[in-house]
Amino acid sequence: MAVRSKALKAAFPHTIPVLTGFLFLGIAYGIIMSTKGYGIIWTFLMSLIVYAGSAQYVAITYLTSAFNPIQALLLTLIVNARHVFYGLSMLDKYRDAGRFKPYFIFGLTDETFSIVCSTEPPAGVDRTWFQFFVTLLDHVYWVTGSVIGALLGSAVSFNTRGLDFALTALFVVIFIGQWKSQRQHAPALIGVIGTAACLLLFGPDRFIIPAMALILMILGLFRQRIDGEVF
Amino acid sequence: MILSPLETLTIIGMVALGTQITRFLPFLLFARRERTHPFVAYLGRVLPYAAIGLLVVYCLKSVSLTAAPHGVPEALAILCVAALHLWKNNTLLSIGGGTVIYMLLVQTIFA
Repeated sequence: MAVRSKALKAAFPHTIPVLTGFLFLGIAYGIIMSTKGYGIIWTFLMSLIVYAGSAQYVAITYLTSAFNPIQALLLTLIVNARHVFYGLSMLDKYRDAGRFKPYFIFGLTDETFSIVCSTEPPAGVDRTWFQFFVTLLDHVYWVTGSVIGALLGSAVSFNTRGLDFALTALFVVIFIGQWKSQRQHAPALIGVIGTAACLLLFGPDRFIIPAMALILMILGLFRQRIDGEVF
Repeated sequence: MILSPLETLTIIGMVALGTQITRFLPFLLFARRERTHPFVAYLGRVLPYAAIGLLVVYCLKSVSLTAAPHGVPEALAILCVAALHLWKNNTLLSIGGGTVIYMLLVQTIFA
């Protein structure tokens, strides 16, 4: 028990940025779902089972147009293809996670990834329990936020246009945090410029896969120059 | 709701399946390796930064630079988020403030 409470106490402060971000994004999501006629049960299920902010926002389109499950699956694969990068980054860190490993991988959202990839538990704190509480707390924040949003959505009505900018703002904040923590900015710049180039070249519906390929290619080609300076 | 409950459940199932395929794929592909290949380990070190950069651009994919308002509201709101964050370093303030400003911009000036 002491091991767990110690890990929980160590994990909580690291999750505060996600607490605020997820409550805000979750509330926004719950409100949007309720304006589309999807009540608290559906929002709760979606956030609990899918647990992927951007895919859930995109899926609203599939809930509000003609039934097309295959297209929903394919678009989710494309929208969430970036998660493959997170998995590659966490192969070693989650190697010894044992029975928790499936849950860690299930819960590897952008935000949880941004914590676990850059944070080491303090000395004397069990790594696996620390990672467990980061993952669990973030999951709880997301479900709680979207349920609050679903409740608010049926109680109040206001113009929600632009509310989904919260997601953009969260990633800009994470980007700035990473930028400040590193002296080597090449990977971040390759990510932004490579993706922007593919967006201009391939258009908004089919740029993610080419962007991922381009990023991998540039990172591969300049490995010696980049890796020599990263840490 | 225009879909039946069963159809809605199917869509949720598909979105969950698609998401989990992308999360589990690397772990399934590299499950048997004793040690991670050096190149994959290198990717693990640099991809976090590239991936967040990708994500920022991804969020802006629907912004048109050629049609009015030429991405001005997004650019202004992102500048506000960055300025707020560099100034106060408070995540809620940066996200909340930037979002409110963006909503005001697209609902009033750029409506």
